[in-house]
Amino acid sequence: MIETDILIIGAGPCGLFTVFEAGLLKLRCHLIDALPQAGGQCTEIYPKKPIYDIPAYPEILAGDLVENLMKQAEPFKPGFTLGERAETIEKTDDDKFIVTTNRGTQHIAPVIAIAGGLGCFEPRKPPVANLADYEDHGVEYIIKDPNFYKGKNVVISGGGDSALDWTIFLAEGVANHVTLIHRRNSFRGHLDSVQKVMDMAASGKIRLVTDAEVVDITGDGKVEGIVVDHEKEGKISIACDHWVPLFGLSPKLGPISDWGLSITKNAIDVDTFDYSTNVPGIYAIGDINNYPGKLKLILCGFHEATLMVQSAFKRIYPDKNYVLKYTTVNGVEGF
Amino acid sequence: MGIIKVTVIDREGQPHELDAPTDMNMNMMELCKSYELPVEGTCGGMAMCASCHMYLESDTHLPEKSDAEEDMLDQAFFVKGNSRLGCQIHLADSMDGMIVRLAEVGS
Repeated sequence: MIETDILIIGAGPCGLFTVFEAGLLKLRCHLIDALPQAGGQCTEIYPKKPIYDIPAYPEILAGDLVENLMKQAEPFKPGFTLGERAETIEKTDDDKFIVTTNRGTQHIAPVIAIAGGLGCFEPRKPPVANLADYEDHGVEYIIKDPNFYKGKNVVISGGGDSALDWTIFLAEGVANHVTLIHRRNSFRGHLDSVQKVMDMAASGKIRLVTDAEVVDITGDGKVEGIVVDHEKEGKISIACDHWVPLFGLSPKLGPISDWGLSITKNAIDVDTFDYSTNVPGIYAIGDINNYPGKLKLILCGFHEATLMVQSAFKRIYPDKNYVLKYTTVNGVEGF
Repeated sequence: MGIIKVTVIDREGQPHELDAPTDMNMNMMELCKSYELPVEGTCGGMAMCASCHMYLESDTHLPEKSDAEEDMLDQAFFVKGNSRLGCQIHLADSMDGMIVRLAEVGS
């Protein structure tokens, strides 16, 4: 069991800055994030986009902002549970919380700070009516282990790099046969991958079906084929063992919505005094919270994190008095 | 002109005639949000989420789709020939009378 003072759900900019502010109060932090790396949206969606409203940075790339925040948090030695989604929460007899991830990793802390942004990023699922019936029975949204597809007939959908890269990889001696289906006849993604896929299609190594979308899955209890709707040729049936739709990720509030927190329009209601939720000991900061006048800005999240840790300190050490100290006077004393 | 009329048909088929300012650097996603119509605009307008996917139902002339918009529509569902991302439609006087329909939201 991982023990810490403040367990932060979400390792985006707001969660990372919490580590720094908590560290100044000698509170230790551990972060959980569903993504395999820290940085949240900044790293996952727009690392190369400039941000212009971070105070004192006329312009900074989102990726650089995260890098700087990691550097700033470093003296306080935060722990990370990455690539795992915070799933369940339970209260202990001594007023602490145990948070367990989808992979069973357990964490215990007296304070939980939810800095979950838009929620956790999950694969975007195409609107095929019977999709759910075939999940894990031939429909996979992520390729974890390519050997799983050894000798199989695989259909991949999508037009981005992951669809192209996996098509190439699986077609080269892994799968028995690979079909790539795409809505348009042009692909985004790296030019050399696009060229390679085109070459493979021309030489018959893969089957490429463009201007088409998968509309149905067939099979008794497991995938035995899919049906595509082609712009000109209409419905085409393709026999296969697996269908892997790769349409990127989209954020979902996820399991946090079942934690007994008051939620309005996918955001957690908080008291602006200290960003506490309706459950004492659980706070919500950054894009995931909701209060009158809320603005979803990184700079507002930094402010919220700063005030929140003060309240967290009082919850953890009710008998200690704390006086605000300035970093310019005291420096940053790490752990 | 400053203000144009734009009609947004919601997912229940209900039309909403909106006053759309053309001098505030606004796009269709932001306009819908400002009227509290059910458009998420998750990524904030970077053409990176497709949650503002809508169909252009009038013959209003719009600038061509950028590569970023085309790429994002590849990851969206229920895409048709008249699909656009609201965040990439920057309101201009020439769009007076435009009609759009909000696309279904995938899971």
